Amino acid sequence: MPEVIDHRPNRPQPQPQGDRVKRDPAPTRLQYRLERMWLRPIWRRTLRIGVPAFLVAMTAGLWLADEDRRALLSDGVQQVMHKVQSREEFQVRTMMVEGASPVVDKALRAMLPVELPASSFDIDLTALRLQVMQLDVIESVDLRIKPGGILSAVVKEREPAILWRHARGIEILDKTGHRVASVTARDVRPDLPLIAGESADMAVPEALALIDAAGPILPRVRGLVRRGERRWDLVLDQGQRIMLPAQGALTALEAAIALDRAQDLLGRDIAAIDLRNPSQPVMRLGIDARNSLRQARGEPLLGPDGKIIQEEEKKGG
Amino acid sequence: MAELYQTQRAMRNIRRAALQRGVIGILDIGTSKIACLVLRFDGTGTFRETDGVGPMAGQVNFRVIGAASTRSRGMRRGEIDVMAETERAIRTVVAAAQKVAGVRVDHVIACLSGGRPSSYGLAGEINLDAGRVHDHDVASVMAACDAPDFGRGREVLHAQPVNFAVDNRTGLGDPRDHVGNRLSCDMHVLTVDGDVIGNLIQCIRRCDLELAGVASASYASARASLVEDEQELGAACIDFGGGGTGVSIFIKKHMIFADNVNIGGQLVTQDIAQGLRIPLPVAERLKTLNGGLEATGRDDRDLLEIGTGSGEWDTDRRSVSRADLIGIMRPRVEEILEGVREVLDAAGFDAMPSQQIVLTGGGSQIPGLDGLAARILGPNVRCGRPLRIDGLAHQFTDPGFSSAVGLALFAAHPQDEWWDFEMPASSYPTRSLRRAYRWFRNNW
Repeated sequence: MPEVIDHRPNRPQPQPQGDRVKRDPAPTRLQYRLERMWLRPIWRRTLRIGVPAFLVAMTAGLWLADEDRRALLSDGVQQVMHKVQSREEFQVRTMMVEGASPVVDKALRAMLPVELPASSFDIDLTALRLQVMQLDVIESVDLRIKPGGILSAVVKEREPAILWRHARGIEILDKTGHRVASVTARDVRPDLPLIAGESADMAVPEALALIDAAGPILPRVRGLVRRGERRWDLVLDQGQRIMLPAQGALTALEAAIALDRAQDLLGRDIAAIDLRNPSQPVMRLGIDARNSLRQARGEPLLGPDGKIIQEEEKKGG
Repeated sequence: MAELYQTQRAMRNIRRAALQRGVIGILDIGTSKIACLVLRFDGTGTFRETDGVGPMAGQVNFRVIGAASTRSRGMRRGEIDVMAETERAIRTVVAAAQKVAGVRVDHVIACLSGGRPSSYGLAGEINLDAGRVHDHDVASVMAACDAPDFGRGREVLHAQPVNFAVDNRTGLGDPRDHVGNRLSCDMHVLTVDGDVIGNLIQCIRRCDLELAGVASASYASARASLVEDEQELGAACIDFGGGGTGVSIFIKKHMIFADNVNIGGQLVTQDIAQGLRIPLPVAERLKTLNGGLEATGRDDRDLLEIGTGSGEWDTDRRSVSRADLIGIMRPRVEEILEGVREVLDAAGFDAMPSQQIVLTGGGSQIPGLDGLAARILGPNVRCGRPLRIDGLAHQFTDPGFSSAVGLALFAAHPQDEWWDFEMPASSYPTRSLRRAYRWFRNNW
C-alpha cells in the first residue's frame, strides 16, 4: 500500500501483479557452457593475458613494419637521450689528478677519450681505469666524477726499488718486481742497486733483502746476478763474487760477512767464495795467489786464463 | 552383477581421479530444493583448526569452497519427472556454486531419494583353504553371497559388507589375516529402480558433468546427522524431505536398512493449499513461518493474514488462526510418522539394542515435531543437524542440508562396498578367456 496515493489524470497505470513475466533463473545451455569454459584456467589466461599481449604485439609490429617509422622512432629516442645527457648537471669540466708525477699526469690527460667539457655519460670510467692501469708506473688509480663537474683521479705510483739489467736493456723495478720504467744507462739511477740475469725480476724481494744484509760490504757490491733462475751471485768489485745457495741465501751471506769481518777474507786474493753448499764453504784463490803458491812449490806458473804457461811462450814473451 | 560391478568400479575410479584433481562437486537433488557444494580436497589435512572447526569424524581433509541451493524443478517424489526442467535446475545451482568457488566442477557425487529403495540382507560363506583369511577370500565370500531376485530393472545402489565372521567369531570389521576354516559375511544391499537412476545419470550428463558416485539420500543424511556413538550403538535416522521421508537404520557404523515413505513435506503444503484455498507458494510460506504441530490456547488468537494478491477483496483479506493451520498440518505429519513407524516395525527396529531416533531433513524444523515423534515412534527422539564441515556457510547448516553434508562425508570417506574389492578370478566371464585364447591362436 503506497503512502501517497496518486490521483493525477495521466498517472501511470499500476501493473497487475500476476502479469509480471517471470524470468527463468536457469542459465541457458550456451551460457552455462561458456561460463564453465571461462572457469578453465587456460582459457582465462589466454583471454586475459594472451589476447591483449597479442594485440599489443600486433599493433606494434604493424606500426614498426615501415622503415621510415622505425627511423623516426630511433631518431626520437636518440634525441631524447642526447638532450638528457647533455644537460648542465651532467657536464664534466675539469680533470684533477692527484699524486702523479708530471709525466704521468700528462699521460693520464692524454688518455681521456673525449675533450672536456663533456657529458659524464660519454666517459666510461671502468674502461678508462683499465686503460690507465696498463701503464706500468701506476699501482692503483681511483677515478670518480665529483659533484661540480670534476673528474678526479687519485693515482698511486710505483716506487722504483731496483735496476734490472737484462739482454734487452735496463729496467727499473719496484719492490715487488713489477716494471716501472726503462732507463738507457745504469748511471741514470746510481742510487738503486743493480740485479742481472734471466727472470731476476721474479726474486726482487729476496734481492732487496740480500742487499740490505750486505751492509758492511755494500760499497764494494756491484750487483746481484741470478743464476739458473734459482740462486744469486753477489758480485763485488775486483771480480770477486760470493755464490749463494738457492735456499737460505740470506744466512749464507751473513756467514760470509762474518768470515770477512773476522779474517778480512775479501781483502785477500780470492776470486770466489762458493757457499752453494752452506755446510761446506769453498774458496777459489785468485791467480796471483795461486802463482805464488806454485812458485814456492816449483811448479809452472799459470796465465791469466788459468792455463799453465808454456816454456817456449815464456821464452818468447 | 558383473556389469554393475564394472560401472560402480568405474565410478570409484572417477572419484579417485577427482580427488587427485582436488575438486569434487556434491549434488543433492531433492524434491523441493537442489543443493550443490564444491569441495576442495588437499589430502594432507592443512585445513584443520580453522573457523573453529576441529578435526571431527572424517572431515579433516576437505573444505567447502562453494555452495549454492535453489528451488528444485521437475522433480516429483524424489524422482526426475521433467528432465529438461531438472536439468535447468541443476545448471542453475552448479553455475552458482562454481561462481562462488571460482573453479570448474567436472565430477559430481549425487544422491537419490526416490526410486522405491528396498534393502536386502545377504549372507555368504566360504571355506578357507589356507586356514587364514587373505584379501581374495574377502572378495570371494562377498561374491558367494546368494543374491535373491531383485526384480526387473532394479539396480544395486549400495552393497556394503556389514559383518564378517570367521568360524564362530562374529562381529569382525576386518577379517583379513584371521585364522580359521570358514569365513562368512553379511552384506546389506540396497536396490533402487534402474530407470530412476538412469534418468539421474542422463540428466547429470546433459549438464556436462561426470558422475563420480551415487548414494542413497537417506544413507547420506544419516552419515551427516547421526553422531559417531549413535552410528555405533544403533539408531534410526528419519529424513523429512519434500517428496518423501527417508528412513535408515545404522548399527556398528553400518547401514543395515533403508527405506522411503512416499509422503513428504510437499503433501503438507498441498493440504494447506487445498484446505485454505491459497496458492502453493503462499501455503509453503505459511507452513515455513507459522507452521506447528502442538496447538495451544494462544494459537486460537494468533490470526495469520493469507492475502494472495489475486485482486479480489474477499480472497485477499482473509485470515486464519494458527490453530487452524496446525489442525491441517498435524494429521498429515502424523500420517508420515505412522508410515515411518510401519517401516521401522517392518525392519525390526524394536529388536535393536538402542532405540535412538534422529529426525533430520527440512521437515524436521516444524516446531513440535519431536514431541509428536516421541509419542508415535518412541521416547528417544532428537532433532539432528548435520555435522559441521569446514567452510560451509551458516545458511547451509540447517537440517535440510544434511544429505548434502552427508554426501560430502561420503565423498571424502566412502564406506567399503562390494566393488572396492578385487573380483575373484573365477567369476570373470569365460568369454574373455576364450577371446584371449583366440587372440593367442591368431597371432602365433
